[in-house]
Amino acid sequence: MKALRDTWLVYSRAMKLNIKQPVWLVVMLVQPLYFLVFFAPLLNSLDGQRGFESGAMETFVPGLIIMMALFGSTFVGFGLIAELRQGVIERMRVTPVSRVALLIGRTFATVTTTLVQALILVLLASPVGGLAIYWPGVFLMFGIIILTSFMLGALSYGVAIVLKSEDTLAPVLNTVVQPVMLLSGIMLPMALAPSWLQSVADFNPFYYAVEAARALFAGDLESNFIWQAAVFIGGLGVLLVIWASRKFARAVA
Amino acid sequence: MLIETKGLKKTFKSRGKEVEAVRGVDLAVKEGEIFGLLGPNGAGKTTTMRMLSTLIEPTEGRAVVCGHDLAGDQAGVRRDIGYVGQEGGTWGEVTARDELIMQGRLYGMSKRTASDRAETVLEAFQLTEFADRNIKTYSGGQKRRLDIALGIMHEPKLLFLDEPTTGLDPQSRAHMWDEVRALRERGTAIFLTTHYLDEADALCDRLAIIDHGEIVTEGTPLALKKEVAGDVVAIGVNGRSEAAQNLLGAEDFVREVEAGGADPATGIAVMRLYVDDGSTALPALLRALDGADIAAASIELHRPSLDDVFLKQTGRSLREEETAA
Repeated sequence: MKALRDTWLVYSRAMKLNIKQPVWLVVMLVQPLYFLVFFAPLLNSLDGQRGFESGAMETFVPGLIIMMALFGSTFVGFGLIAELRQGVIERMRVTPVSRVALLIGRTFATVTTTLVQALILVLLASPVGGLAIYWPGVFLMFGIIILTSFMLGALSYGVAIVLKSEDTLAPVLNTVVQPVMLLSGIMLPMALAPSWLQSVADFNPFYYAVEAARALFAGDLESNFIWQAAVFIGGLGVLLVIWASRKFARAVA
Repeated sequence: MLIETKGLKKTFKSRGKEVEAVRGVDLAVKEGEIFGLLGPNGAGKTTTMRMLSTLIEPTEGRAVVCGHDLAGDQAGVRRDIGYVGQEGGTWGEVTARDELIMQGRLYGMSKRTASDRAETVLEAFQLTEFADRNIKTYSGGQKRRLDIALGIMHEPKLLFLDEPTTGLDPQSRAHMWDEVRALRERGTAIFLTTHYLDEADALCDRLAIIDHGEIVTEGTPLALKKEVAGDVVAIGVNGRSEAAQNLLGAEDFVREVEAGGADPATGIAVMRLYVDDGSTALPALLRALDGADIAAASIELHRPSLDDVFLKQTGRSLREEETAA
């Protein structure tokens, strides 16, 4: 009960901060919009070819949404480092607030903002990319966005509290995120990959997230990718939350 | 007793090496007093405070804080203490009122109670006027007042202040001292760390001097200064310093002589003589030197300060470390 109340308190404080700075909404949407306008047209000629059987935009846009969730959630740790430096986290750690709530409340705020961004991107992609939206599929895809964002938010906060410095956080996160993004088939489908690359991608949970998002967008609710993405990302998310909460409880900041 | 510690120790591991930050601290803090922990940077002040406020776990030793065992009942300790860190604990695009209400709610207050209490606290710290402005627009002094307001939002029995006036201008500093005294009048005990001698002297009811992770002495500022000796006379001689020391040390009103090395540039060696009454000692000392045909190159009398206490206990001057740092 107390943990729930505390989580709500931490969440509402983080949300209030987000709402006061609507810049994040714009900043995080700019990158996918660039891709949508300056990159997506290059794929139009591949429509119907290998890897793009269900259409060029129908293949690219779902991946783009996962990419936005990926980048939007991975770098939330920077905000935490600023708060660490200003003693905000320390002040809260001296109160009786639940340690887990300090992490989960913030992570839920990350999930919320990512969902809002994803919704806006879906709505924009439809006119810009000329894309028909299959709402039941999109709705389920938001479930995958929630899991992705939850997992990466927890990871980012956990790494931030260990490293405590923007200078080291940026390269560490980049080193992780770049290969994860490339190996997920966001830019071009993994169906085009040589077999060794495909084998590596099989170990990347985001490969399943991207493929699941594509299946859901195309209205294929039967695809195995959907439950695989949910299990892999959800499971990894739970592990990372446990790990990061421990770091939060013990942080010597 | 609000705080009682026994052999509190903290060892950090850094690059495979063990660093003993605090090596067995025994302290007692009474209800309603301002207790200061004075020492140079790196002496273990902050580490001691962080252990007592549940931020880090002691490696060894025991402590009871506000009646709760530090190791066994962290939640109990947290309920009864307030803590204001060196960096404060506020930032950016939030208002003082929102942060205060949130702080109250983290301590379990209802929205209504927290809001009423925030109003009272804002008033007490003259922040009402800025209550709904973003904290990033605050001056250093205003921000510091808000930090303390956050620390006492839940009316703790004991408030920890880590270097409360570091970085403040002299006027804000004087205000801060008044705030701290006002808190004591209202019954809150204060445990503060400082490396300012004048702050420890003027503000603290009792203090402990800490150096290299150990308490070297403890008492009221007055008692500590008296303990050193009445006054200190520093006499510089050019050459024959050993003879001068023996000569002056033999005077029966000189309690103790502390030799100093010769300055390589001037050749002058300054010795420190601890005497009961400096004003009568000066002429007698000069006469004695004259009689032995030793010329005093310099002479200085000073009434004891906490720096002398520190020097006596550790062999180093806190003031010099301050300027060197």
